[in-house]
Amino acid sequence: MEEPKINPDLIAAHGLKPDEYDRILDIIGREPSFTELGIFSAMWNEHCSYKSSKKWLRTLHTTGPQVICGPGENAGVVDIGDGQAVVFKMESHNHPSYIEPHQGAATGVGGILRDVFTMGARPIAAMDALSFGLPSHPKTAHLVKGVVEGIGAYGNAFGVPNVGGEVRFHAAYNGNCLVNAFAAGLADADKIFYSAASGVGMPVVYLGAKTGRDGVGGATMASAEFDDTIEEKRPTVQVGDPFTEKCLLEACLELMASDSVISIQDMGAAGLTCSAVEMGDKGGLGIKLQLDAVPQREKNMTAYEMMLSESQERMLMVLKPEKEAEARAIFEKWDLDFAIVGETIAEDRFLILHGNEVKADLPLSKLSSSAPEYDRPWVETPAAKPFPGLPAITPIAALKALVGSPNHAHKGWVWEQYDTQVGADTVRRPGLGAGVVRVHGTEKALAFTSDVTPRYVRANPFEGGKQAVAEAWRNLTAVGATPLAATDNLNFGNPEKPEIMGQFVGAIKGIGEACRALDFPIVSGNVSLYNETDGTGILPTPTIGAVGLLATLDDLIAGAPGAGDQAVVIGETRGHLGQSALAYEAFGIEDGDAPPVDLATERRNGDFLRANRKLVKAASDLSDGGLALAAFEMAEAAGVGITLDAADIGFLFGEDQARYLVAVAATDLAALTAAAKTAGVPVALAGQFGGDTVKLGGDSASLAALRTLYRSAFAKAIEG
Amino acid sequence: MKAAVITFPGSNCDRDLARGFELAGADVVRVWHKDTDLPAGIDIVGVPGGFSYGDYLRCGAIAAQSPIGRAVRDFAGRGGHVIGICNGFQILTEMGLLPGALMRNASLKYICKPVTLRVATADSIYTSGYAKGDEVVFPIAHHDGNYTIDAEGLARLEGEDRVAFRYADNPNGSMADIAGVLSENRRVLGMMPHPERAVEQAQGGTDGVALFRALAGMMAGA
Repeated sequence: MEEPKINPDLIAAHGLKPDEYDRILDIIGREPSFTELGIFSAMWNEHCSYKSSKKWLRTLHTTGPQVICGPGENAGVVDIGDGQAVVFKMESHNHPSYIEPHQGAATGVGGILRDVFTMGARPIAAMDALSFGLPSHPKTAHLVKGVVEGIGAYGNAFGVPNVGGEVRFHAAYNGNCLVNAFAAGLADADKIFYSAASGVGMPVVYLGAKTGRDGVGGATMASAEFDDTIEEKRPTVQVGDPFTEKCLLEACLELMASDSVISIQDMGAAGLTCSAVEMGDKGGLGIKLQLDAVPQREKNMTAYEMMLSESQERMLMVLKPEKEAEARAIFEKWDLDFAIVGETIAEDRFLILHGNEVKADLPLSKLSSSAPEYDRPWVETPAAKPFPGLPAITPIAALKALVGSPNHAHKGWVWEQYDTQVGADTVRRPGLGAGVVRVHGTEKALAFTSDVTPRYVRANPFEGGKQAVAEAWRNLTAVGATPLAATDNLNFGNPEKPEIMGQFVGAIKGIGEACRALDFPIVSGNVSLYNETDGTGILPTPTIGAVGLLATLDDLIAGAPGAGDQAVVIGETRGHLGQSALAYEAFGIEDGDAPPVDLATERRNGDFLRANRKLVKAASDLSDGGLALAAFEMAEAAGVGITLDAADIGFLFGEDQARYLVAVAATDLAALTAAAKTAGVPVALAGQFGGDTVKLGGDSASLAALRTLYRSAFAKAIEG
Repeated sequence: MKAAVITFPGSNCDRDLARGFELAGADVVRVWHKDTDLPAGIDIVGVPGGFSYGDYLRCGAIAAQSPIGRAVRDFAGRGGHVIGICNGFQILTEMGLLPGALMRNASLKYICKPVTLRVATADSIYTSGYAKGDEVVFPIAHHDGNYTIDAEGLARLEGEDRVAFRYADNPNGSMADIAGVLSENRRVLGMMPHPERAVEQAQGGTDGVALFRALAGMMAGA
């Protein structure tokens, strides 16, 4: 088939800037073929090359004695003792989910699961952090329903328990929802599989589902802003098949156990191109592919289409040649395609053959190492406007404004559509802080959380970045886990705007500082830029997914208190209401600075809670909504009332950091207070759990009435 | 007791069901869907939850026609014990081993949460560890659990005391709150809730233990 001629329009349609095209000409010394242009555009788009973010990502804290593999592979790998490791990552599927919410979200889940099992780990937990426009916006309900259904359809059939996540609504996401999918898996620490190929003349094997035309150009689409032609982009969204993914998981794990695999890489963004280049580049080898051997779902596919297809549920592997028969038998058992499509070669070439024609012949190492890298201009985010204070409000009216808002209402509408228990190891389901999953066959458990407060990040990217990390660390601590490591999913607007780049730089600096201070390295992550529609950017949303370890289930701290327990605040309360949930939900005020995060205090207070877990019956971190919201959530989960003695709005709803609310038996109160004094940690008795009312100072309401509001507000906002 | 647990390619509760049997002291043999025969000497077959062959058609429809499906039907026809949970229940109705069908949940949504069930009869090996009227909490996790049967069939089920469990607060629209039914010879049980997710305190409850223990105990004597 005749390939189109290269011209400036075609170059622009591939998302390549004129200077980037000149760079291609410099590298290959000739005009590229159409297929080659497609390959360059796939490798050099923002999504695959991190060209705007690389410089700053390098500054993150990524190491520690627990880290087996940090950023750069499909997922991070962290030691959890006893020769076992947890493998995890979070990744966005924002643009596809906005275009086609069900399939966009479903394939986001599929992609992150493959990232985990391609390293040899069986997925044991998933989470999803979702940001949508206002419920009143005409697209929102459709997006929420579709995204949640898509996540459920994929994860439920695949068979991974969903144990946490976030759902938020803000006008800044009206034209650009965020779908950040997290997955974690379990592997033996000495049986991790990496992507670097080795050995010349080794067979390159294609595994899994057949290649179709779906998703051609998807990564390039995901690196552009949206405008009113968005409906035309629907064909770039891929379609997911969780059944095939489940078979692929089992087949891959069997294959890995058979000692057949030299290296393996899932086909995600830019499919065959990215995975082949990655394996060759990391191994210092060239790759030759014969496309006629690629299993194809459709007739007459061109080299260009096969190289750029984002068909799902596919893997590329470099195989030990003597194991071919054994490996093929495993894939036949699972009724999956297994095809030798090429080989590793000694020269630095990415050689693509189709029929009798050479469709691409490029220096492989240049495709990633010579990708453009930008030091984008940025400006420091100006100081936030001073907080004007709040109009008068009674404590119960304030609490109702929160629990009746879709942002802070009970999220059961979402997570009851997810299988939260498949695998039969879920110890703590979503709903109250971190989810907890037992390490199968042991008494150990892993805790999972995902956090960020985007309003904080917009007001103050540095403190907001710190806060996201600190809140994740606190949520793990509040269930009794020792925080291990984190993954970051950085969602921002157009990096070519200096003020957006300034948000990105500020947030990265904050994340870096918090991770260093808390010994909480970032081991994997993903950057999603250009989250803009018609020039309006999202709230800067650096989602932090994090994992903690419970050495034994005896260390677990419950979320629900008992009647008669004392409500004790660990940490100092000053009443910071700037950027608070109360200001936003009750009054639409988004002014003031983010609450400052003192990392030494975070560490001290968290360490204190973990050291004294035997004195604590239940715990929650304090974050947006402050003491009153956390106290209500704990009480509501337990079906008991709560009395907080203070009537001061700042004390009840302030969002000062480094704080926890704990439920303590009356008989243990003196011991906890004494331990706090010794450790130099401020603790304050704030009230008691029990009864059937919620009392805040002199104001009160029945628990039942508040519960009805809390449990119905989300469905009401989405389903009317 | 020796239990066979079937694995279809899309099964995802097979390991959990095997563990439920094992915790009760049973030996478990795992059986692959392409096998044409069940292993010799087994006392019960477990058909687990999941998505058998993807369930893109009708849940369980293809599994009912699979090679191992025929072997399970023959085993039941010879008076063998078979328990189908969730997708397993859907498969057993598709095989015709149990009456009725599982339709879309009334809410048209997938639902996963712990639910309270009432034991509707203690007159089966499966429910003999409970008393009629006992309340137990098992999780559900399904999109198609809305049990439906014609009036005549329902009257027969009720008349023959073949409803094993009923929902205390019907989550999915099932007729007569039915959560699980028995075959005519009371040796085949299908149920949507997951007793294998309620066998350890770490899972949040242990109400499923009595079901697996009763099976292991009676089979041990057999």
